Amino acid sequence: MSTMHSRAAAGFLKDGSHAQWHDDTLWMVRQKRDRMSRRLPEWEHLRDAACALKMYSNSHLPELLAQFEHNATANGAVVHWARDAREYRETVLKILRDHGAHLFIKSKSMLAEECGLNPYLEENGIETVESDLGERIVQLMHVKPSHIVLPAVHIRRQEIGRLFEKEMGTEQGNCDPTYLTHAARKNLREIFKKADAAMTGANFAVASTGEMVVCTNEGNADIGTSLHKLQITAFGLDKIVPDLRSLGVFTRLLARSGTGQPITSYTTHYARPQEGGEFHIIIVDNGRSDILAKKGHEKALNCLRCGACMNTCPVYRRSGGYSYTYFIPGPIGINLGMLRDPEKYSDNVSACSLCMSCSNVCPAKVDLGEQIYLWRQDLDSLGKADKIKKAVSGALNTVMKRPAVFNTALKLAPMVNHAPRPLVYAKINTWGSGREMPRFATRSFNSLWKKGEVK
Amino acid sequence: MKVGLFIPCYVNAVYPQVGVASYKLLKYLGLDVEYPVDQTCCGQPMANAGFEGSARRLADQLDEKFAGYDYVVGPSASCAVFIKGHYQELLKDKPHRCLSEDRVYDICGFLHDVVKPSSLPASFPHKVSIHNSCHGVRLLGLSSPSERNIPYFNKLRNLLSLVRGIEITEPERPDECCGFGGMFSIEEDAVSLAMGRSKVQRHMATGAEYITGADSSCLMHQEGIIRREHLPIKVIHIVEILAQGL
Repeated sequence: MSTMHSRAAAGFLKDGSHAQWHDDTLWMVRQKRDRMSRRLPEWEHLRDAACALKMYSNSHLPELLAQFEHNATANGAVVHWARDAREYRETVLKILRDHGAHLFIKSKSMLAEECGLNPYLEENGIETVESDLGERIVQLMHVKPSHIVLPAVHIRRQEIGRLFEKEMGTEQGNCDPTYLTHAARKNLREIFKKADAAMTGANFAVASTGEMVVCTNEGNADIGTSLHKLQITAFGLDKIVPDLRSLGVFTRLLARSGTGQPITSYTTHYARPQEGGEFHIIIVDNGRSDILAKKGHEKALNCLRCGACMNTCPVYRRSGGYSYTYFIPGPIGINLGMLRDPEKYSDNVSACSLCMSCSNVCPAKVDLGEQIYLWRQDLDSLGKADKIKKAVSGALNTVMKRPAVFNTALKLAPMVNHAPRPLVYAKINTWGSGREMPRFATRSFNSLWKKGEVK
Repeated sequence: MKVGLFIPCYVNAVYPQVGVASYKLLKYLGLDVEYPVDQTCCGQPMANAGFEGSARRLADQLDEKFAGYDYVVGPSASCAVFIKGHYQELLKDKPHRCLSEDRVYDICGFLHDVVKPSSLPASFPHKVSIHNSCHGVRLLGLSSPSERNIPYFNKLRNLLSLVRGIEITEPERPDECCGFGGMFSIEEDAVSLAMGRSKVQRHMATGAEYITGADSSCLMHQEGIIRREHLPIKVIHIVEILAQGL
């Protein structure tokens, strides 16, 4: 009984000290989030409001997106629509080509990751550089982010030191975080200056004003967009919020939930192009509107991409982002992967003990655990149910639906207590790999009751 | 007030003493308790594994079995909340339902919210660490979930405080999952064990002699690790403590 996730997780856990460090690091972020949330007496009301606002905006997408387009255009931006990843990639490439751009500087965007933007641009001769420090590290290492907010959280500073020695010529053996950050900043400064255009993702798009809102800690998005006359900003259509008043609900929740900060260092509103410049906004669907039609999964669109569900998930913390087969890991990744392609990403559905911590931590009240339960019910009809698990469930059912059979099983079970150890702890008994078997009672409750011995 | 005692399958087979303690406790508190014989399983293991279809027949059986009781009370938060949360959907095509889910209780919630005893004869001069089980905390409301910004409460702590001589603690990360999760414990064996080991270590770090809680399933998983690794801590279901001296 195993999945690609469970096998990868077992591999991750083999390096015990690294696994422990990963768990402790992310738990620390969860604790920072707890402290922040407790400073706001209205925290639970904010979560309710965020959920209600998302349910409203996701059920009024045509009106709100049209309103956004109208206002953004009036502000002087150029609005593009992309039905899927291909249209999004092609739109970005066309804009860059129209301006003869060759070097493109990006701030963090999970949408770009989702749509495979960087490899596509590279294939088409456009050098694309990530400017968020964590994203830059994973880009230089040629690996994927392992967390949506903390993309390099799985990498220790010693490894980063060695990487920077090679890439930026830093001092040998120096892995002081401040030193390395300064080195990265110096290195990126040159690229910032040389680039031809800048891109940002977006945390929110405000329908009533046509503004894009980008929340960052490093100011990298702001340098890029300040230095270059050509700015491209793309957002998944679930990022739409009705107005500035509702935006306030989300900006109060986002950083507190994600990183345990009261607010990100920079919350930048982009409305107009630079003087003499161009501001292109791409609105991307790529399967989002289909989620609205998935009964029981509608709230997946509420997600703010804060990462709190990953930080709290006991399975994510102990298995790492790369154990999951979808590019977004953790509880929200399990769900978004299944919404993307259930046949392809069903291996992640096992990565949940149904502890429901994610559902309680989520600032927009996505019912993450409940939705994973629903996906499990679908696996059998998708032909993706684990055969042994199915057999065990079937056997249990055979015993349990007939009280007489169950009672016989209760009588026979204690024999296991005395069976030869190699037989009981054979390799097929996964429970017994790290735990002793429960000791069956010589007399079950049923039999005690029938004999009148429960008094 | 007629109470039907609900004994989950694994309690029946592995921890009958938990069933006996539940009966004694309810009886001592003056309730009219009966055990409808030949109970089996509520269906949760199959449903959580993704086979709700297998759970439907069991739900139907259990629904029939408890017809006519004012309350259904069992020593397992997880099983109780499975009935409360899923039977309505599982049995939506059944023309007549015998059991009303709002009358189904885990024994701790029932004692705390319905019976409200002000004293118990129990004495247990030991230090115990409360195992706040996920479904007890987050689905049944036995204590305040650590994720939420609501005032602290813990019904298990309140009940245990009726016991003489007891010292009550809770571990660091007080409601982090122990990693049992039904078939999760075998499908995701490595993660489940890592979770279980760190949970037991955090209980041990409190200096407690016992881990106690409302779910024998979480305790069974942790006990498996304790016995395998010969760790100096024991598990005991909360009703076994509350029923001391009866």
